[in-house]
Amino acid sequence: MSEIAITSSGRDRGVKFRPVTHDSAFARYALIATAVLFLAIFLLAPLAIVFVEAFSKGIGPFLAAFDDPDARAAIRLTLLVAAIAVPANLVFGLAASWSIAKFSFPGKSVLITLIDLPFSVSPVVAGLVYVLVFGGQGLFGPWLAAHGVQIIFAVPGIVLATIFVTFPFVARELIPLMEEQGKIEEEAALTLGASGFKTFLTVTLPNIKWGLLYGVLLCNARAMGEFGAVSVVSGHIRGLTNTIPLQVEILYNEYNNVAAFALAVLLAGLALVTLGLKTFLEWRHADALSGRARRH
Amino acid sequence: MRDVSLDIQPGELVALLGPSGSGKTTLLRVIAGLNSPDRGRVLFDGENATNLPVQDRHVGMVFQNYALFKHMTVADNIVYGLRVRPRRTRPSRAAIKARVTELLQFVQLDGLGGRYPSQLSGGQRQRVALARALAIEPRVLLLDEPFGALDARVRKDLRRWLRDIHKQTGLTTVFVTHDQDEAMELADRVVVLNEGRIEQIGTPEELYDRPASPFVISFVGEAVALPVTIADGHVTFGGRELHIDTHGLRSGPARVFFRPADIAVTAEGSGDLEGRVESLRRTPAGVRATIAIDGYDQTLEIDSPLDRSASLGGRVPLSLAKARIFPADENGDYVDAGDGI
Repeated sequence: MSEIAITSSGRDRGVKFRPVTHDSAFARYALIATAVLFLAIFLLAPLAIVFVEAFSKGIGPFLAAFDDPDARAAIRLTLLVAAIAVPANLVFGLAASWSIAKFSFPGKSVLITLIDLPFSVSPVVAGLVYVLVFGGQGLFGPWLAAHGVQIIFAVPGIVLATIFVTFPFVARELIPLMEEQGKIEEEAALTLGASGFKTFLTVTLPNIKWGLLYGVLLCNARAMGEFGAVSVVSGHIRGLTNTIPLQVEILYNEYNNVAAFALAVLLAGLALVTLGLKTFLEWRHADALSGRARRH
Repeated sequence: MRDVSLDIQPGELVALLGPSGSGKTTLLRVIAGLNSPDRGRVLFDGENATNLPVQDRHVGMVFQNYALFKHMTVADNIVYGLRVRPRRTRPSRAAIKARVTELLQFVQLDGLGGRYPSQLSGGQRQRVALARALAIEPRVLLLDEPFGALDARVRKDLRRWLRDIHKQTGLTTVFVTHDQDEAMELADRVVVLNEGRIEQIGTPEELYDRPASPFVISFVGEAVALPVTIADGHVTFGGRELHIDTHGLRSGPARVFFRPADIAVTAEGSGDLEGRVESLRRTPAGVRATIAIDGYDQTLEIDSPLDRSASLGGRVPLSLAKARIFPADENGDYVDAGDGI
């Protein structure tokens, strides 16, 4: 931004130097405008349309959408699935990142790769895998059916598929954080006489709490919003195995736009709250999150 | 670590000294119970503690980078070891509070109990770590490179202070260091470690005066090593005979070690060695000469009184006041200590 003017004799008086990293004003504004336009068309406009469509016939029909028993069942199911999947992944994620960050054992790199698997596998494939394992024609299907246990096309299958898809969020956040912190504070606590569990509660947990919350937040958003894997294992039984995203699709396909977008508002609202909390954590507790998270 | 046998007396201040990778920190961690030995035993007061979990060993450990709990205040850090005790053995709130005050005073950090570790200087953190270790009334105090992360001036102060603390508490103390000055200045006995083996255990005087191996003599203070040959009871270096007692030593290649202070310019015709004067500098007491010894690839600095005049580039005879000789064994390692001059 600074200008250096060298005054010399003759016509060259007042030559201005621009730092090499600065583009011309035109290039700068063009780039910013492109980015803003892109965001507006592909992100903001769809979000706005969700709200506009939901309220297109006024507040009455919007609220009426939530009176529908199927819609209520979908909301209840979504909350139930998240209430099981998120704590499960909290525990799995803690255990996985603890073992990876604090111990060395053979097959550690394989475990790290496996944790990333749900990110690289299409959710639909993840759902299909569960159908193949637990479905009626699947590996354990007949045995499960004989014992009166139904997993596929029922709530357990939805929970399993959701756990699979959201597994990496907590572990991916905690592994770099715990690796960075090492185990020296835990060792100090042990020499001072603390038991393993007390050390976890009083030393490890306080050190990772913000990172853990961050991971749980992302995990929850994905658990409630997951469509692909859940769609494959759900069976789309109204009032029984439809989560909010599946219910939105059904309503939309029936040209019930207001009800579809009313439920979509719930998901969009969840996304906005998640984004808000995430931004707050990054702003307020950046030093307590892993380097990877800060760059998100 | 191999064949390590170490007996530490009650109330002793012992240094584990060695270069990085020598196993000194590993040995300390084995004593603390943070690492378990593949073989061998750890005894506390004669009782086998090898399988005693770290929590039950009651060791006060001060870690290299202090390992203070970042999210706790100084006071909470210090009494952590008391608060985590099971209810039966936990002191009362009032007793814990009194202990904090007492310990803060002891480590000269009165009034800083409410601070967080990030608000303290390196030296203050070090003292918090020590207070935290002392709070549990440990049987033995273990310090890993206690001054490693501090700047030189603070190190000097804390050395003296640690010596005082040791005197006041009377605690058996073991500390790890790679700095031989630190080990020699502080410790009652020094354990010199190299490549997982104990090279020598002794008081600083013993290490200086009777180093047991070439490693000890070169690691503890400066030393010059000359490759020599022992034949028929005579030691020769570059064709000259050195007057070193070789009684009982095997013939063959050997090394003579001596400290720069043990070599001096001598009268013409009586020297063990000969060297050439490379440079001369005036010092308050006399002259400091840099001398290149014939057949040795490095130069030595020798202080000599003014009257022994030497000229630049001239040749001077040198005599050894004290030296140690280590003959090579069949593997070519220089192990067996000879008495020297």
